[in-house]
Amino acid sequence: METAELASILWLTLKLALVTTLCLLVVGTPIAWWLARTRSRFRDVVASIAALPLILPPTVLGFYLLIALGPSGPGGWLAGLSGGRTLAFTFEGLVIGSVVYSLPFVVQPIRNAFEAFGERPLEVAATLGASPWNAFFTVALPLARPGFLTAAILGFAHTIGEFGVVLMIGGNIPGETRVISVAIYDLVESGDWGAAHLLSAGLVLFSFTVIMVMLRLGSARGEG
Amino acid sequence: MKLLSRLFSLLVISGMLLPFAAARSLADEVRIAVASNFSVPAREIARAFETATGNKVTVSFGSTGKIYAQIVQAAPFDVFMSADQERPQLLEQQGLAVSDSRFTYALGRLALYAGGTDVKGPGLLVADRTDRIAVANPELAPYGRAAVEALAKLFPDEDFGSRLVQGENISQTLQFVETGNARLGLVAYSQVISRDAAQYWLVPEGLHSPIAQDAVLLKSADANPVARAFMDFLRGAEAENIIRRYGYSAHVRGGS
Repeated sequence: METAELASILWLTLKLALVTTLCLLVVGTPIAWWLARTRSRFRDVVASIAALPLILPPTVLGFYLLIALGPSGPGGWLAGLSGGRTLAFTFEGLVIGSVVYSLPFVVQPIRNAFEAFGERPLEVAATLGASPWNAFFTVALPLARPGFLTAAILGFAHTIGEFGVVLMIGGNIPGETRVISVAIYDLVESGDWGAAHLLSAGLVLFSFTVIMVMLRLGSARGEG
Repeated sequence: MKLLSRLFSLLVISGMLLPFAAARSLADEVRIAVASNFSVPAREIARAFETATGNKVTVSFGSTGKIYAQIVQAAPFDVFMSADQERPQLLEQQGLAVSDSRFTYALGRLALYAGGTDVKGPGLLVADRTDRIAVANPELAPYGRAAVEALAKLFPDEDFGSRLVQGENISQTLQFVETGNARLGLVAYSQVISRDAAQYWLVPEGLHSPIAQDAVLLKSADANPVARAFMDFLRGAEAENIIRRYGYSAHVRGGS
Protein backbone atom coordinates (compact mmCIF):
# COMPACT_ATOMS: atom_id res chain seq x y z
CA MET A 1 0.00 0.00 0.00
CA GLU A 2 1.36 3.42 -0.93
CA THR A 3 1.86 6.13 1.64
CA ALA A 4 -0.53 8.50 -0.10
CA GLU A 5 -3.25 5.87 -0.06
CA LEU A 6 -2.60 5.10 3.58
CA ALA A 7 -2.72 8.78 4.47
CA SER A 8 -6.01 9.22 2.62
CA ILE A 9 -7.53 6.25 4.47
CA LEU A 10 -6.38 7.51 7.87
CA TRP A 11 -7.56 11.05 7.18
CA LEU A 12 -10.96 9.86 5.98
CA THR A 13 -11.36 7.65 9.05
CA LEU A 14 -10.44 10.51 11.38
CA LYS A 15 -12.72 12.93 9.54
CA LEU A 16 -15.62 10.49 9.76
CA ALA A 17 -15.06 9.93 13.47
CA LEU A 18 -14.77 13.67 14.19
CA VAL A 19 -17.85 14.70 12.20
CA THR A 20 -19.80 11.78 13.62
CA THR A 21 -18.83 12.64 17.19
CA LEU A 22 -19.93 16.26 16.73
CA CYS A 23 -23.26 15.15 15.25
CA LEU A 24 -23.67 12.59 18.03
CA LEU A 25 -23.20 15.22 20.75
CA VAL A 26 -25.73 17.51 19.06
CA VAL A 27 -28.28 14.73 18.53
CA GLY A 28 -27.55 12.77 21.69
CA THR A 29 -27.66 15.57 24.25
CA PRO A 30 -31.37 16.47 23.92
CA ILE A 31 -32.29 12.78 23.92
CA ALA A 32 -30.18 12.16 27.02
CA TRP A 33 -31.63 15.27 28.71
CA TRP A 34 -35.17 14.21 27.98
CA LEU A 35 -34.51 10.65 29.18
CA ALA A 36 -32.94 11.93 32.39
CA ARG A 37 -35.74 14.40 33.22
CA THR A 38 -38.98 13.08 31.84
CA ARG A 39 -41.66 11.24 33.78
CA SER A 40 -43.36 10.20 30.54
CA ARG A 41 -44.43 6.59 30.32
CA PHE A 42 -42.73 6.47 26.93
CA ARG A 43 -39.36 7.03 28.56
CA ASP A 44 -38.36 3.38 28.55
CA VAL A 45 -39.63 2.94 25.01
CA VAL A 46 -37.44 5.77 23.77
CA ALA A 47 -34.51 4.56 25.88
CA SER A 48 -34.87 1.11 24.38
CA ILE A 49 -34.93 2.47 20.83
CA ALA A 50 -31.85 4.57 21.53
CA ALA A 51 -30.08 1.49 22.91
CA LEU A 52 -31.06 -0.82 20.03
CA PRO A 53 -27.83 -0.36 18.04
CA LEU A 54 -26.00 -1.92 21.01
CA ILE A 55 -27.72 -5.21 20.40
CA LEU A 56 -28.58 -5.26 16.71
CA PRO A 57 -25.94 -6.73 14.44
CA PRO A 58 -24.44 -4.24 11.97
CA THR A 59 -25.95 -6.31 9.19
CA VAL A 60 -29.46 -5.40 10.35
CA LEU A 61 -28.60 -1.72 10.72
CA GLY A 62 -26.72 -1.76 7.43
CA PHE A 63 -29.57 -3.44 5.62
CA TYR A 64 -32.16 -0.94 6.85
CA LEU A 65 -29.81 1.97 6.26
CA LEU A 66 -29.16 0.81 2.71
CA ILE A 67 -32.88 0.95 2.05
CA ALA A 68 -33.44 4.17 4.00
CA LEU A 69 -30.60 5.99 2.24
CA GLY A 70 -31.66 4.69 -1.18
CA PRO A 71 -33.99 6.10 -3.83
CA SER A 72 -37.14 4.78 -2.15
CA GLY A 73 -36.18 6.06 1.30
CA PRO A 74 -35.77 9.49 2.91
CA GLY A 75 -32.07 9.43 2.01
CA GLY A 76 -32.91 9.32 -1.67
CA TRP A 77 -35.21 12.32 -1.25
CA LEU A 78 -32.45 14.25 0.53
CA ALA A 79 -29.93 13.27 -2.13
CA GLY A 80 -32.43 14.40 -4.76
CA LEU A 81 -32.20 17.99 -3.46
CA SER A 82 -28.65 18.14 -4.76
CA GLY A 83 -29.40 16.12 -7.87
CA GLY A 84 -28.27 12.80 -6.48
CA ARG A 85 -30.06 9.50 -6.35
CA THR A 86 -28.96 8.02 -3.05
CA LEU A 87 -27.02 8.87 0.08
CA ALA A 88 -25.42 5.44 0.12
CA PHE A 89 -21.80 5.43 -1.10
CA THR A 90 -21.31 9.00 0.15
CA PHE A 91 -19.47 10.46 3.11
CA GLU A 92 -22.72 12.04 4.33
CA GLY A 93 -24.39 8.63 4.21
CA LEU A 94 -21.60 7.16 6.30
CA VAL A 95 -22.01 9.93 8.87
CA ILE A 96 -25.74 9.17 9.15
CA GLY A 97 -25.03 5.47 9.51
CA SER A 98 -22.30 6.06 12.09
CA VAL A 99 -24.51 8.37 14.15
CA VAL A 100 -27.21 5.71 14.33
CA TYR A 101 -24.67 3.01 15.07
CA SER A 102 -22.88 4.84 17.91
CA LEU A 103 -25.88 6.63 19.43
CA PRO A 104 -26.15 4.47 22.57
CA PHE A 105 -22.47 5.05 23.36
CA VAL A 106 -23.14 8.77 23.57
CA VAL A 107 -26.66 8.93 24.99
CA GLN A 108 -26.00 6.62 27.93
CA PRO A 109 -23.01 8.40 29.54
CA ILE A 110 -24.63 11.83 29.10
CA ARG A 111 -27.91 10.60 30.54
CA ASN A 112 -26.08 9.10 33.51
CA ALA A 113 -24.28 12.38 34.08
CA PHE A 114 -27.54 14.36 33.94
CA GLU A 115 -29.18 11.95 36.35
CA ALA A 116 -26.22 11.97 38.73
CA PHE A 117 -26.62 15.56 39.93
CA GLY A 118 -30.38 15.28 40.37
CA GLU A 119 -32.98 18.08 40.47
CA ARG A 120 -31.39 20.15 43.17
CA PRO A 121 -28.86 22.32 41.25
CA LEU A 122 -31.51 23.18 38.66
CA GLU A 123 -34.02 24.12 41.35
CA VAL A 124 -31.44 26.34 42.96
CA ALA A 125 -30.69 27.92 39.60
CA ALA A 126 -34.40 28.53 39.08
CA THR A 127 -34.81 30.19 42.51
CA LEU A 128 -31.88 32.43 41.60
CA GLY A 129 -33.84 33.51 38.56
CA ALA A 130 -32.18 31.50 35.79
CA SER A 131 -34.36 30.61 32.84
CA PRO A 132 -34.51 26.88 31.97
CA TRP A 133 -32.21 27.45 28.97
CA ASN A 134 -29.84 29.48 31.05
CA ALA A 135 -29.81 26.82 33.76
CA PHE A 136 -29.17 24.11 31.19
CA PHE A 137 -26.15 25.85 29.71
CA THR A 138 -24.64 27.36 32.85
CA VAL A 139 -25.46 24.64 35.38
CA ALA A 140 -26.38 21.31 33.79
CA LEU A 141 -23.78 21.20 31.02
CA PRO A 142 -20.78 22.06 33.23
CA LEU A 143 -21.93 19.56 35.87
CA ALA A 144 -22.27 16.84 33.24
CA ARG A 145 -18.90 17.52 31.67
CA PRO A 146 -17.31 14.18 32.65
CA GLY A 147 -20.26 12.40 31.00
CA PHE A 148 -19.76 14.43 27.84
CA LEU A 149 -16.08 13.59 27.78
CA THR A 150 -16.78 9.88 28.13
CA ALA A 151 -19.49 10.12 25.48
CA ALA A 152 -17.24 11.92 23.04
CA ILE A 153 -14.36 9.46 23.50
CA LEU A 154 -16.64 6.44 23.20
CA GLY A 155 -18.47 7.80 20.17
CA PHE A 156 -15.23 8.71 18.46
CA ALA A 157 -13.53 5.38 19.19
CA HIS A 158 -16.58 3.35 18.28
CA THR A 159 -16.80 5.13 14.92
CA ILE A 160 -13.12 4.49 14.19
CA GLY A 161 -13.72 0.80 14.80
CA GLU A 162 -16.95 0.62 12.84
CA PHE A 163 -17.00 -1.98 10.11
CA GLY A 164 -20.20 -3.82 9.33
CA VAL A 165 -22.38 -0.79 8.64
CA VAL A 166 -19.72 0.88 6.48
CA LEU A 167 -19.23 -2.30 4.53
CA MET A 168 -22.94 -2.51 3.80
CA ILE A 169 -23.61 1.10 2.79
CA GLY A 170 -20.18 2.40 1.76
CA GLY A 171 -19.40 0.89 -1.61
CA ASN A 172 -15.67 1.03 -0.78
CA ILE A 173 -14.89 4.27 -2.63
CA PRO A 174 -11.36 5.58 -2.01
CA GLY A 175 -11.37 8.98 -0.30
CA GLU A 176 -15.13 8.86 0.22
CA THR A 177 -16.09 5.68 2.06
CA ARG A 178 -13.02 3.45 2.28
CA VAL A 179 -12.18 3.73 5.98
CA ILE A 180 -9.52 1.85 7.90
CA SER A 181 -11.60 -1.16 8.97
CA VAL A 182 -12.77 -1.77 5.40
CA ALA A 183 -9.22 -1.32 4.11
CA ILE A 184 -8.00 -3.95 6.58
CA TYR A 185 -10.74 -6.29 5.48
CA ASP A 186 -9.72 -5.85 1.83
CA LEU A 187 -6.07 -6.40 2.64
CA VAL A 188 -6.78 -9.64 4.52
CA GLU A 189 -9.11 -10.84 1.78
CA SER A 190 -6.60 -10.13 -0.96
CA GLY A 191 -3.78 -11.78 0.97
CA ASP A 192 -1.72 -8.65 1.69
CA TRP A 193 -1.19 -9.63 5.30
CA GLY A 194 1.83 -7.39 5.77
CA ALA A 195 -0.15 -4.20 5.30
CA ALA A 196 -3.08 -5.73 7.18
CA HIS A 197 -0.80 -6.36 10.16
CA LEU A 198 0.40 -2.77 10.09
CA LEU A 199 -3.07 -1.23 10.09
CA SER A 200 -4.46 -3.75 12.56
CA ALA A 201 -1.65 -3.20 15.03
CA GLY A 202 -2.26 0.53 14.68
CA LEU A 203 -5.92 0.05 15.59
CA VAL A 204 -5.04 -2.14 18.57
CA LEU A 205 -2.67 0.52 19.83
CA PHE A 206 -5.28 3.22 19.29
CA SER A 207 -8.01 1.28 21.09
CA PHE A 208 -5.71 0.49 23.99
CA THR A 209 -4.83 4.16 24.32
CA VAL A 210 -8.47 5.19 24.29
CA ILE A 211 -9.38 2.73 27.03
CA MET A 212 -6.35 3.76 29.07
CA VAL A 213 -7.26 7.43 28.79
CA MET A 214 -10.82 6.69 29.87
CA LEU A 215 -9.67 4.68 32.87
CA ARG A 216 -7.25 7.44 33.88
CA LEU A 217 -9.99 10.04 33.55
CA GLY A 218 -12.20 7.85 35.68
CA SER A 219 -9.66 7.48 38.48
CA ALA A 220 -8.80 11.17 38.29
CA ARG A 221 -12.44 11.79 39.17
CA GLY A 222 -12.14 9.30 42.01
CA GLU A 223 -14.35 6.71 40.38
CA GLY A 224 -11.73 4.30 39.19
CA MET B 1 -35.73 -20.35 36.98
CA LYS B 2 -34.27 -23.78 37.63
CA LEU B 3 -35.17 -24.90 34.15
CA LEU B 4 -33.60 -21.78 32.74
CA SER B 5 -30.32 -22.23 34.57
CA ARG B 6 -30.23 -25.88 33.53
CA LEU B 7 -30.81 -24.93 29.93
CA PHE B 8 -28.09 -22.36 30.26
CA SER B 9 -25.52 -24.78 31.63
CA LEU B 10 -26.45 -27.24 28.90
CA LEU B 11 -25.81 -24.55 26.35
CA VAL B 12 -22.49 -23.66 27.88
CA ILE B 13 -21.36 -27.26 28.01
CA SER B 14 -22.43 -28.06 24.47
CA GLY B 15 -20.78 -24.85 23.37
CA MET B 16 -17.53 -26.03 24.90
CA LEU B 17 -17.77 -29.43 23.27
CA LEU B 18 -18.68 -28.11 19.86
CA PRO B 19 -15.12 -27.41 18.68
CA PHE B 20 -14.14 -30.97 19.45
CA ALA B 21 -17.08 -32.35 17.55
CA ALA B 22 -16.29 -30.16 14.59
CA ALA B 23 -12.61 -31.00 14.53
CA ARG B 24 -13.27 -34.72 14.23
CA SER B 25 -13.70 -35.88 10.69
CA LEU B 26 -16.28 -38.59 10.27
CA ALA B 27 -15.34 -41.29 7.83
CA ASP B 28 -18.53 -41.00 5.81
CA GLU B 29 -18.63 -37.25 5.72
CA VAL B 30 -17.18 -34.57 3.51
CA ARG B 31 -16.88 -30.95 4.60
CA ILE B 32 -16.80 -28.52 1.73
CA ALA B 33 -16.07 -24.84 1.87
CA VAL B 34 -17.74 -22.95 -0.95
CA ALA B 35 -17.41 -19.42 -2.28
CA SER B 36 -20.66 -17.61 -1.49
CA ASN B 37 -21.49 -16.88 -5.12
CA PHE B 38 -21.83 -20.62 -5.70
CA SER B 39 -23.82 -21.38 -2.55
CA VAL B 40 -27.11 -22.32 -4.18
CA PRO B 41 -25.81 -24.74 -6.83
CA ALA B 42 -23.32 -26.15 -4.30
CA ARG B 43 -26.16 -27.01 -1.93
CA GLU B 44 -27.99 -28.73 -4.73
CA ILE B 45 -24.90 -30.67 -5.79
CA ALA B 46 -24.33 -31.66 -2.15
CA ARG B 47 -27.91 -32.95 -1.89
CA ALA B 48 -27.53 -34.90 -5.13
CA PHE B 49 -24.29 -36.41 -3.84
CA GLU B 50 -25.95 -37.36 -0.56
CA THR B 51 -28.81 -39.00 -2.39
CA ALA B 52 -26.49 -40.84 -4.76
CA THR B 53 -24.00 -42.12 -2.17
CA GLY B 54 -25.66 -41.97 1.25
CA ASN B 55 -22.74 -39.93 2.55
CA LYS B 56 -23.14 -36.70 4.41
CA VAL B 57 -21.99 -33.33 3.10
CA THR B 58 -21.44 -30.34 5.37
CA VAL B 59 -21.38 -27.10 3.41
CA SER B 60 -19.80 -23.90 4.71
CA PHE B 61 -19.92 -20.61 2.84
CA GLY B 62 -17.74 -17.57 2.81
CA SER B 63 -15.78 -15.32 0.56
CA THR B 64 -12.92 -16.97 -1.25
CA GLY B 65 -10.32 -14.87 0.56
CA LYS B 66 -11.77 -15.66 3.96
CA ILE B 67 -12.01 -19.39 3.33
CA TYR B 68 -8.45 -19.36 2.03
CA ALA B 69 -7.23 -17.62 5.19
CA GLN B 70 -9.15 -20.12 7.31
CA ILE B 71 -7.65 -23.09 5.45
CA VAL B 72 -4.16 -21.69 5.98
CA GLN B 73 -5.06 -21.58 9.67
CA ALA B 74 -6.05 -25.27 9.56
CA ALA B 75 -9.82 -24.96 9.21
CA PRO B 76 -11.48 -28.37 9.14
CA PHE B 77 -12.47 -28.56 5.46
CA ASP B 78 -11.96 -31.38 2.97
CA VAL B 79 -12.81 -29.70 -0.31
CA PHE B 80 -12.51 -26.04 -1.28
CA MET B 81 -14.70 -24.77 -4.09
CA SER B 82 -13.22 -21.37 -4.77
CA ALA B 83 -14.53 -18.47 -6.82
CA ASP B 84 -11.14 -18.03 -8.44
CA GLN B 85 -8.10 -20.00 -9.54
CA GLU B 86 -5.49 -18.13 -7.52
CA ARG B 87 -6.39 -19.31 -4.06
CA PRO B 88 -6.53 -23.04 -4.92
CA GLN B 89 -3.23 -22.59 -6.79
CA LEU B 90 -1.70 -20.93 -3.74
CA LEU B 91 -2.89 -23.78 -1.52
CA GLU B 92 -1.27 -26.22 -3.92
CA GLN B 93 2.01 -24.32 -3.81
CA GLN B 94 1.91 -24.19 -0.03
CA GLY B 95 1.40 -27.92 0.15
CA LEU B 96 -2.03 -27.51 1.73
CA ALA B 97 -3.87 -29.08 -1.19
CA VAL B 98 -3.45 -32.44 -2.87
CA SER B 99 -1.44 -31.80 -6.02
CA ASP B 100 -3.20 -32.58 -9.31
CA SER B 101 -6.59 -32.52 -7.61
CA ARG B 102 -7.40 -29.00 -8.82
CA PHE B 103 -9.82 -28.48 -11.68
CA THR B 104 -12.17 -25.80 -12.97
CA TYR B 105 -15.67 -26.81 -11.98
CA ALA B 106 -17.47 -23.75 -13.31
CA LEU B 107 -16.98 -20.75 -15.57
CA GLY B 108 -18.93 -17.69 -14.55
CA ARG B 109 -20.67 -15.28 -16.88
CA LEU B 110 -21.17 -11.58 -16.37
CA ALA B 111 -24.52 -9.82 -16.87
CA LEU B 112 -25.48 -6.17 -17.01
CA TYR B 113 -28.53 -5.68 -14.84
CA ALA B 114 -30.63 -2.63 -14.02
CA GLY B 115 -32.79 -3.80 -11.15
CA GLY B 116 -35.68 -5.13 -13.23
CA THR B 117 -36.04 -2.54 -15.98
CA ASP B 118 -35.21 -3.63 -19.51
CA VAL B 119 -31.59 -3.76 -20.56
CA LYS B 120 -31.20 -3.63 -24.33
CA GLY B 121 -27.43 -3.61 -24.47
CA PRO B 122 -24.21 -2.10 -23.20
CA GLY B 123 -25.26 1.38 -24.39
CA LEU B 124 -27.07 1.78 -21.09
CA LEU B 125 -23.68 2.05 -19.39
CA VAL B 126 -23.06 5.44 -21.01
CA ALA B 127 -26.66 6.58 -21.49
CA ASP B 128 -26.68 8.63 -18.29
CA ARG B 129 -23.29 9.44 -16.85
CA THR B 130 -24.71 10.20 -13.40
CA ASP B 131 -25.77 6.58 -12.98
CA ARG B 132 -23.70 4.60 -10.52
CA ILE B 133 -22.48 1.22 -11.68
CA ALA B 134 -22.10 -1.49 -9.07
CA VAL B 135 -19.28 -3.95 -9.58
CA ALA B 136 -17.66 -6.47 -7.27
CA ASN B 137 -14.37 -5.33 -5.75
CA PRO B 138 -11.88 -5.97 -8.60
CA GLU B 139 -9.09 -6.56 -6.09
CA LEU B 140 -10.97 -9.36 -4.38
CA ALA B 141 -13.53 -10.85 -6.72
CA PRO B 142 -12.96 -12.34 -10.16
CA TYR B 143 -16.35 -10.96 -11.20
CA GLY B 144 -15.12 -7.50 -10.30
CA ARG B 145 -11.95 -7.85 -12.29
CA ALA B 146 -13.91 -9.19 -15.26
CA ALA B 147 -16.36 -6.29 -14.97
CA VAL B 148 -13.59 -3.70 -15.08
CA GLU B 149 -12.00 -5.47 -18.05
CA ALA B 150 -15.28 -5.63 -19.93
CA LEU B 151 -15.97 -1.93 -19.30
CA ALA B 152 -12.55 -1.02 -20.67
CA LYS B 153 -13.09 -3.17 -23.77
CA LEU B 154 -16.61 -1.87 -24.40
CA PHE B 155 -15.82 1.82 -23.92
CA PRO B 156 -12.05 2.36 -24.12
CA ASP B 157 -12.33 6.16 -23.97
CA GLU B 158 -14.82 6.32 -21.14
CA ASP B 159 -13.71 7.11 -17.59
CA PHE B 160 -15.91 5.01 -15.33
CA GLY B 161 -13.74 5.60 -12.25
CA SER B 162 -15.97 7.85 -10.21
CA ARG B 163 -19.16 6.03 -11.18
CA LEU B 164 -18.15 2.63 -9.88
CA VAL B 165 -19.28 1.46 -6.47
CA GLN B 166 -17.77 -1.72 -5.19
CA GLY B 167 -19.58 -4.55 -3.52
CA GLU B 168 -17.42 -6.63 -1.23
CA ASN B 169 -18.56 -9.62 -3.25
CA ILE B 170 -20.93 -10.30 -6.10
CA SER B 171 -23.95 -10.81 -3.77
CA GLN B 172 -23.52 -7.35 -2.30
CA THR B 173 -23.09 -5.95 -5.79
CA LEU B 174 -26.52 -7.23 -6.74
CA GLN B 175 -27.90 -5.89 -3.43
CA PHE B 176 -26.75 -2.37 -4.39
CA VAL B 177 -28.76 -2.62 -7.62
CA GLU B 178 -31.80 -4.32 -6.08
CA THR B 179 -32.12 -1.61 -3.43
CA GLY B 180 -31.88 1.04 -6.16
CA ASN B 181 -28.78 2.63 -4.68
CA ALA B 182 -26.95 1.91 -7.92
CA ARG B 183 -28.94 2.08 -11.16
CA LEU B 184 -26.78 -0.46 -12.94
CA GLY B 185 -24.67 -3.39 -11.97
CA LEU B 186 -22.36 -5.90 -13.56
CA VAL B 187 -23.44 -8.99 -11.69
CA ALA B 188 -23.17 -12.74 -12.12
CA TYR B 189 -25.41 -14.23 -14.76
CA SER B 190 -26.27 -16.94 -12.23
CA GLN B 191 -27.86 -14.30 -9.99
CA VAL B 192 -30.31 -13.05 -12.60
CA ILE B 193 -30.87 -16.18 -14.66
CA SER B 194 -34.34 -16.73 -13.23
CA ARG B 195 -35.48 -13.29 -14.40
CA ASP B 196 -36.98 -12.30 -17.69
CA ALA B 197 -34.27 -12.32 -20.37
CA ALA B 198 -35.10 -8.70 -21.29
CA GLN B 199 -33.94 -7.56 -17.85
CA TYR B 200 -30.27 -8.34 -18.36
CA TRP B 201 -27.63 -8.24 -21.04
CA LEU B 202 -25.26 -11.18 -21.06
CA VAL B 203 -21.72 -9.82 -21.45
CA PRO B 204 -19.88 -11.72 -24.22
CA GLU B 205 -17.19 -13.95 -22.78
CA GLY B 206 -14.57 -12.49 -25.10
CA LEU B 207 -14.70 -9.13 -23.32
CA HIS B 208 -13.01 -10.35 -20.17
CA SER B 209 -10.64 -13.02 -18.97
CA PRO B 210 -12.43 -16.21 -17.97
CA ILE B 211 -14.09 -16.24 -14.55
CA ALA B 212 -12.82 -19.68 -13.74
CA GLN B 213 -13.77 -21.25 -10.42
CA ASP B 214 -11.46 -24.00 -9.26
CA ALA B 215 -12.02 -26.76 -6.74
CA VAL B 216 -9.24 -28.49 -4.88
CA LEU B 217 -8.93 -31.43 -2.49
CA LEU B 218 -7.27 -30.33 0.73
CA LYS B 219 -4.27 -32.17 2.11
CA SER B 220 -6.01 -33.11 5.34
CA ALA B 221 -8.61 -35.01 3.29
CA ASP B 222 -6.06 -36.93 1.23
CA ALA B 223 -7.10 -40.19 2.82
CA ASN B 224 -10.82 -39.44 2.97
CA PRO B 225 -12.52 -41.57 0.28
CA VAL B 226 -15.75 -39.60 0.58
CA ALA B 227 -13.95 -36.37 -0.22
CA ARG B 228 -12.40 -37.98 -3.29
CA ALA B 229 -15.78 -39.35 -4.29
CA PHE B 230 -17.23 -35.86 -3.99
CA MET B 231 -14.51 -34.43 -6.24
CA ASP B 232 -15.36 -37.08 -8.85
CA PHE B 233 -19.05 -36.34 -8.46
CA LEU B 234 -18.37 -32.65 -9.04
CA ARG B 235 -16.85 -33.52 -12.41
CA GLY B 236 -19.71 -35.84 -13.34
CA ALA B 237 -22.70 -35.32 -15.60
CA GLU B 238 -25.22 -34.84 -12.80
CA ALA B 239 -23.23 -32.00 -11.23
CA GLU B 240 -22.60 -30.52 -14.67
CA ASN B 241 -26.34 -30.32 -15.31
CA ILE B 242 -26.89 -28.45 -12.06
CA ILE B 243 -23.97 -26.10 -12.74
CA ARG B 244 -25.26 -25.26 -16.22
CA ARG B 245 -28.78 -24.76 -14.97
CA TYR B 246 -27.50 -21.99 -12.69
CA GLY B 247 -25.91 -20.03 -15.52
CA TYR B 248 -22.34 -21.26 -15.41
CA SER B 249 -20.44 -23.02 -18.12
CA ALA B 250 -19.42 -26.34 -16.62
CA HIS B 251 -15.98 -27.66 -15.94
CA VAL B 252 -12.89 -27.46 -18.04
CA ARG B 253 -10.52 -30.19 -17.03
CA GLY B 254 -7.14 -29.43 -15.52
CA GLY B 255 -7.56 -25.76 -14.66
CA SER B 256 -4.94 -23.49 -16.15
